[in-house]
Amino acid sequence: MSTATTLLGRVKRFAPSPRYASVYASLFLLVAIFIVGASRYRNFASPQVVLNLFVDNAFLIVLAVGMTFVILTGGIDLSVGAVVALTTMITASLAQAGWNPLVIIVTALVVGSLIGLASGLVIHYFKIQPFIVTLAAMFFARGFCYIISLDSIPITDPFFTALARRIVLAPKISISPSVIVAILVVIVAFIVLHHTRTGRTVYALGGSEYSGKLMGLPVARTKVLVYVISGFCSALAGLLFSLYTLSGYGLTGVGLELDAIAAVVIGGTLLTGGYGFVLGSLLGVLLLGIIQTIISFEGTLSSWWTKIVIGALLLVFILLQRVLTAARR
Amino acid sequence: MNLVRTVTRSRLFWPVAALVALLIFNVLVTPSFFTVTVKNGYLFGSLIDIMRNGAPTLLVALGMTLVIATRGIDLSVGAIAAISGALACTIIRDSGNGDDVGVVLTAIGISIGFSLVLGAWNGLLVALFGIQPIVATLILMTAGRGIAMLITEGNILTIASAPFKQIGSGHWFGLPAAVVIAIAMIAAVALVTRRTALGLLIESVGINPAASRIAGVRSRGIVWSAYIFSGLCAGIAGLIISSNVTAADANSAGLWIELDAILAVVIGGTSLMGGRYSITGTIVGALVIQTLTTTVYTAGIPKEVSLVFKAIVVIAVCLLQSPVAQEWMQRRRRPLPVVKSGAPVA
Repeated sequence: MSTATTLLGRVKRFAPSPRYASVYASLFLLVAIFIVGASRYRNFASPQVVLNLFVDNAFLIVLAVGMTFVILTGGIDLSVGAVVALTTMITASLAQAGWNPLVIIVTALVVGSLIGLASGLVIHYFKIQPFIVTLAAMFFARGFCYIISLDSIPITDPFFTALARRIVLAPKISISPSVIVAILVVIVAFIVLHHTRTGRTVYALGGSEYSGKLMGLPVARTKVLVYVISGFCSALAGLLFSLYTLSGYGLTGVGLELDAIAAVVIGGTLLTGGYGFVLGSLLGVLLLGIIQTIISFEGTLSSWWTKIVIGALLLVFILLQRVLTAARR
Repeated sequence: MNLVRTVTRSRLFWPVAALVALLIFNVLVTPSFFTVTVKNGYLFGSLIDIMRNGAPTLLVALGMTLVIATRGIDLSVGAIAAISGALACTIIRDSGNGDDVGVVLTAIGISIGFSLVLGAWNGLLVALFGIQPIVATLILMTAGRGIAMLITEGNILTIASAPFKQIGSGHWFGLPAAVVIAIAMIAAVALVTRRTALGLLIESVGINPAASRIAGVRSRGIVWSAYIFSGLCAGIAGLIISSNVTAADANSAGLWIELDAILAVVIGGTSLMGGRYSITGTIVGALVIQTLTTTVYTAGIPKEVSLVFKAIVVIAVCLLQSPVAQEWMQRRRRPLPVVKSGAPVA
């Protein structure tokens, strides 16, 4: 370990603050990749490419925000991908049945939050690992998709198709309404985490649940709440996803939980909890997004390289976190 | 009365009860469920099918049991299974002579060797770099499928190879080959961990890594070997899966097998917090999962919906095994003060 610490000492002198090192690293990588992309491909350095990062990943941003809350308490939520799929199914099937769009949206959000609530209650009151409980929730949500329908259902409701249309900001520059939703979610999460008591309790729980309890913090309420938030965010992400694809399908979002976890880790949140930033998770999502953009611009690279690159990135950031936490001790 | 109490209190009571309930349900739906017939010297029947289809999950769960006993988890087993199958199929196809036993043995050898390397990689991250097991194996879980697709170049490789087909659908000693492989592995693990001190050392590392290191247990080596063994099991499972369909599908081979394996271990009563593990429990757990899948098929429910039943079984078994439920049941039996376990470890 001694070689690691001396090396660290040297690194530390250059780093502005070790607290933000991981976030700076992802920001640096994001900018670096963008510059490489801009110098290699024509049309890469256009505002639309940047905006498309948000358009194509709006749902992932919302998911990563919800996941950040859970991971900050030291938990994990594996059900998010399945809840996204379930939400697309609920939205599509209810829209097909001719329900009022607003009622559909509320129903979907309530179902997502209830799944989170159930997981949270079981995790807290029965003291079963979050991993297993949310795994069961994942199976449940996935299975329920197929109870609704085994096939993909298209969404043709005029309200939803209108929401899926792009908003033109300037000639050749447009965003989708989903982007606004995603950014609002990030802002709200930022305020809650950094400027409210609930947010501070979330961090405290991740630091040490036992101390939190001794300090008289509302442990039970907060611990259940983070899973409700994650469930709500998953349902919201599912709504954005249904707008993005204008269909509902039980197989959507397989492995989405891994992308969300990867984004959170790359964004500098410790998986042991108690330490991390919601803005970091946003950077993490954008980093995953820009890698995908590069691979699609390259054209000759096959899609599986995305997975390998994300895996490698995860490794680098986890090692970085490891080194940083070792340095703090 | 005493006997009843010991039986119901056994850690294996609920999993075995679940298995028996599932089997009884099956017999009620299909009366011929227990019939095992002998055709051409081979055994056939629903029970044999359950064992054959459950063999890959059982193998993976076996490796997972040891990893979980060291307070770890291995999420990458599905990806390792996909890589192992992809590698073997690619080598056999590229040789152009799939019926040559030597080629098949080489392919199997290389695949298993590479699985060991991947397991060692996980072990390196966990044991040496001290990275949380979930995160460390998440890396290979994400990248692994990409590597498998890199090997197969994104295609589903179909091969014609009679010797390779033996592993997945052949018969040895009257039993399906996959079952024989699984039984051999279980016997080996049981022998090595329960007849030597190794099992005890694994449990001690799982219960308290720091204390066992101070007591002179080489915990690093033990944790590392557990991941290598898990990689080996996943590799063999991958060979069985790809041999069964004589094809390598980088995307769907071994998909969710890590989850099934973890469930099998948990249903079998091994705690995810590490420490005491039960190989018998894992076997029962894997059989419960496979029987459940088969039951759903025979009941004529779409296979995708089986996930809901799986979720219900998992939650039921976990709730019954949870510290809270155990405490509650114990309190009902005898009103003695219960020693509470310490602060939960994150």
